[in-house]
Parts: sequence; structure tokens; C-alpha cells
Amino acid sequence: MMLTDLLIETYSAVTMNKARSGLTMLGIVIGIASVIAMISIGQGAQQSISNSIQSIGSNLVIIVPGAQKPGQFSSGRGSAQSLKMGDADAIQKEISGVQAVSPESSKRYQVTAKGKNTNTTVVGAGAAYTTVHNLEIEEGNFFTDTQVKSQAKVAILGPTTRNDLFGAGASVVGQTVRINKINFKIIGVAKSKGGSGFANPDDQIYVPVSVQIHFLSGSEYLSSISVQAQSQDQLVPVQNGITALLMQRHNIKNPDLSDFTAVNQADIVAAASSVTGIFTLLLAAIASISLLVGGIGIMNMMLTTVTERTREIGLRKAIGATRSDISFQFLAEAILLTFTGGGIGVLLGIGIATVVSSAFGIPTTVAMSSILLAFGVSSGIGIVFGYYPAQRAAKLNPIEALRYE
Amino acid sequence: MIELRNITKTYESDEMKTPVLKGITFTIKDGDFVAIMGPSGSGKSTLMHILGALDSASTGQYLLDGKNISDFTEDQLSDIRREKIGFVFQAFNLLPRATVLRNVMLPLIYAETPVKEREKIAGRALLSTGMPEDRWNHHSNQISGGQMQRVAIARALVNNPSLILADEPTGNLDSKTGNIVLGTFQRLNKEEGRTIILITHELDVAEHADRILHLKDGLIVKDSLHHTKRIIKMNDYDAD
Repeated sequence: MMLTDLLIETYSAVTMNKARSGLTMLGIVIGIASVIAMISIGQGAQQSISNSIQSIGSNLVIIVPGAQKPGQFSSGRGSAQSLKMGDADAIQKEISGVQAVSPESSKRYQVTAKGKNTNTTVVGAGAAYTTVHNLEIEEGNFFTDTQVKSQAKVAILGPTTRNDLFGAGASVVGQTVRINKINFKIIGVAKSKGGSGFANPDDQIYVPVSVQIHFLSGSEYLSSISVQAQSQDQLVPVQNGITALLMQRHNIKNPDLSDFTAVNQADIVAAASSVTGIFTLLLAAIASISLLVGGIGIMNMMLTTVTERTREIGLRKAIGATRSDISFQFLAEAILLTFTGGGIGVLLGIGIATVVSSAFGIPTTVAMSSILLAFGVSSGIGIVFGYYPAQRAAKLNPIEALRYE
Repeated sequence: MIELRNITKTYESDEMKTPVLKGITFTIKDGDFVAIMGPSGSGKSTLMHILGALDSASTGQYLLDGKNISDFTEDQLSDIRREKIGFVFQAFNLLPRATVLRNVMLPLIYAETPVKEREKIAGRALLSTGMPEDRWNHHSNQISGGQMQRVAIARALVNNPSLILADEPTGNLDSKTGNIVLGTFQRLNKEEGRTIILITHELDVAEHADRILHLKDGLIVKDSLHHTKRIIKMNDYDAD
């Protein structure tokens, strides 16, 4: 039997009962569409999480204080007061491969300007903050090293804070903002990084870290030190160097008792990806169940078809069709159904992903690999679930098949 | 040339042996028109299945064109059916939603005949059964019973077989259209020299062949030549 004949026979058999073929195909369509849509949503989420981690800077090692442990009670990571300006200076001086160091001390204050007021995070930062965290300035300038050293009372507003205090898009450079009853001169506005709600990077005010320590918080301890390595390769050596240096400076011998934690950004990205990876896998697994159900539908229909066409199979055998001719014909019917269903399913899946991303603002990514996978899987389902019915047809005894009523 | 040498067939089930054919021996030469006749239960269906390479004999030899096909495998028997045998069934067994032409071309698919030649070959077969050309593109469930059987005969002819095997071909037809079908067989035999074996339980039908093999209880009880009933009147073809 030639391939073209096989295709013609298959096509005419499938189109013989259009409603039934269509409904059976629908199972595969829904299965493939949901797999594609779910994977797209999952991968989109993964992409957006890793983007937002990248937006805090690149090649970062972040040092945060460890847990405070008076006696047996732990107050939670980051609560200890262990990092000082001296640590940041030592890292800058003694660790090789370091591009920039930004000591940071954040605290929330009531902020007022021109009679309006808001409560927001004030980040005491080093001059290197912009480089380390990829912060861009929309208007004016960020403060310099000299301004940090001279404890200049200058502030850079985040765009959301600017909008809250002065109104959207207002030009505010040169105006004054009052933080915790101390006047600061506004010298710049940061560009929006995107984001909303809790810990919104746009709703912040940046002041020199020295000013934060001496005039606002009154505490010499830092909330974190962000270190940018010169390159990706330097990330781990820098992280290890910092750990060793700070343990020495803090007189700690046992790493388990250290009063700080140094994490590198690559690890954070990896951890987040593994979480979203599992999430994607879970979604795909749920969607696969509908694919399986669709496959069983195909098998059910093929078995019915074989029974209905018993006499035809008998006739085909009588006029010289071999077992493999019959088997291929029925297998081809199953594959045609699943493959066509897979194609429609891919389109539907892309459609669903597009609708989801535009309606709910969830970014989605339709990967070529998942489309190819869907086609592969749907053809595979055709083979797996078509095999048994095809074998049943091929094994029919022509004499009995011809007598079948 | 068909040669059967002491063919037996026994069905076995649960230690029960049912002998159906008990030693059949006969020879049919190319160009013969033979009827195999017998009451139901005489084993004529089983004999037809063996002659048609749909089934294998328990013992004995079946030589078709000099080849002993008694111990062929299932796929080898498929090849024999495809190349050497044309079947005509009582129930026609046409594909209902396919056209007349496509039904006739069906065996050519399995013979892998080049696509270009198929329509010509099928057309020739349809013409030799007297099927009017304006019906060729009708669906096979839109034509009369007599026409259906002639389509089935054309399908049997299309691979140019050594043997046409007709199993009660008039069983589903009234006597008038039955006669037209029998006339078609006679004409294919006389004009084209086709070898035809007709299986029937009716003497009246069997008498249209030149030779009758009478089968009873799994044995040939009579092998007779007789005065054949002739129906070759060409005008009858378009009567139905």
C-alpha cells in the first residue's frame, strides 16, 4: 500500500463521520491547548520573577545581618545588629574582584512636603548605589561620595513618592522634603523600576547612608551591604572572601554561629527558578491528565470504528490487504485525529495564553519547544492509543469478519 | 489451473473434532466455469474459503497455478488473494459511501498499481460487466442490487485474477437480476476465458455453469457435465 493511498483512505475514513471525529478530536484539542497554555503561563511567571530579581542589580552579593539570639530565642534573620560601615569599607579595600560596595540602612519614616505627607522607606545608601542596583535617575543627580562623606542633607525621591507628595510628573529638584522633622534638599528623582504594593522600589527616598546613621536612625548598624562583583565568574570568590573577612572581623570561628549571611544573586535566581519550575511542571502535569483522557477517547472511538467496519476489514483482507496494511490504516486514522487535534490545540493554547496575558497582566511565553513537544506528544498519543485497536483490526479473521452482522 | 489433492479440514474445539471436508480431490483447468453445489452443512463454504486462500486445509495439497499454497503463511495467502483470486460475495460488500469507480479501484491500492493507470483498468473491468458508464460516479448505495453485484464482479476482475470465486452471487437478487449476473459470468467465461467457480445451493443456478461438483457431507459425490443453461443475450444488461 502506497503512502498516498494510505493518506487518502485515512482521510476519507475520518471524514466519513465528521461529528464523531470532531468530538473525539476535541479531547486532544483541549488537552494540548491546556498543556500549551499552562506551560506558557508557568514560563512567563518564571521569566518575570527572574527579570525582577535581575532588576535589583547584576552580579550582586548581598550581606544581611544574621538572627539575633539572646539565649535560646531567635528573632529572625536580619534582626541582629552586626554590620557596620567599617565592614563595608573593609570589603571595598581588602576583597579583590569587587566593583562597587553600597552600605545600606533602611527605615520607614513619616515624610512631609508642602503640607502633604506619607509614610515611606528611607534608604540610606552609598554613592555606588546607582551602579550596584541599576538605579537610573530621571531628573537631577544621585548624591556623590563627597556628599556622603560630608553628610549632606540631600534626597532622591522614588517616582511614586514624588507623585504622592508633589503630584504626578511635578518637577521637584531644588525643593525641600521633611523626613523625621529634618529638612532635605531634593536633588533628583529616580526612574521607575516597575512594581507595586509592598516593598515597591519606586516608593522610596534615598539619602546618604552617613546622614541616615547620624541624623535619622541614630544607629550605627546597617540593614545590608550590597556588593557588586566585577563579573559573573567573580561572584563566588567574592562571596567566599567576604564571608571569611567578616568572620575574622566579627571574631567568629564557627561558621554556624556567624551573625551575618552573604548570598549571591545567582543563587537567588536559581532558587526562584526552581520554585517556578516546579510550579510550571505542576501545571503541565494537571493539563496532561486531560491529554490522557483525550487519548482514551481516541482509543474508544477507534475500537468502535473497528467493530463497525468489521465487514469492510474482512473485504479488504479478501482482496489482498495484509495485516500490516490494515494495521497501518487504523493507526494512521488515530494519528491523523491526534495530530490535527494537536495542531488546533496549539493554536488554541497560544490564544488562551495571549488572552490570559492581556486580560490578567500575567506575562506568558510560548516556547517553540513546547509547541514541538505538543505535536510530538499528540502523535505519540495517536500511536499509543491507536495501536491496540489497529492490532485488533489487523488480527481479524477475514472469514469471520465477512460474516459479521 | 487448480488442483486439489485429498484436501481435508477439521475444526477442533475443546477436544471436539468436527471433520468438515473429508478428502476432496479435483482439478479445474484454466477457462473452466464450474459450480460447486451442495446443501447447507455440506462443507461448500469451507471449501470456498480454502479455494479462495482465506483458510488453510488441515491436510492435503492445494496447487494453484502449480504452486502448493497449502502451507503458506497468512501474509503469503494475502499475496495469493491479491494476485490470483477475485471474490464475489452474496452480500456484495461494497464500501457504501464510496463511488462505483473507487470501489472497483480498491484492490489496485493493495496491488500498488500506479495511480494513473487505475481508472483505465477499473473502467475496462466495469465495461466488461456491462455497468453503464453514467453510473460510475454514483455512490455504491445509490444503485440497484443487480448493478451492485456487477460492480462487485468488476472489482473481482480488476487485478486480472486466475480465478473468480463467486459465493452465492445471486442469493440477494431476484431471479431476473440474478439471471443478468449469471449471464455476466457466462460472458466473462466464454469471451474473456475467465476461470469461474460458482458456489451455490440451487441447482437452477448451478446449471448455468458447464460442470457441477456435487458436495455432500464433506465429499464430492458427483462430478457432472450437462447441458448448460445459456443466457447470453447482450440486450439484457441494461434491463434493470
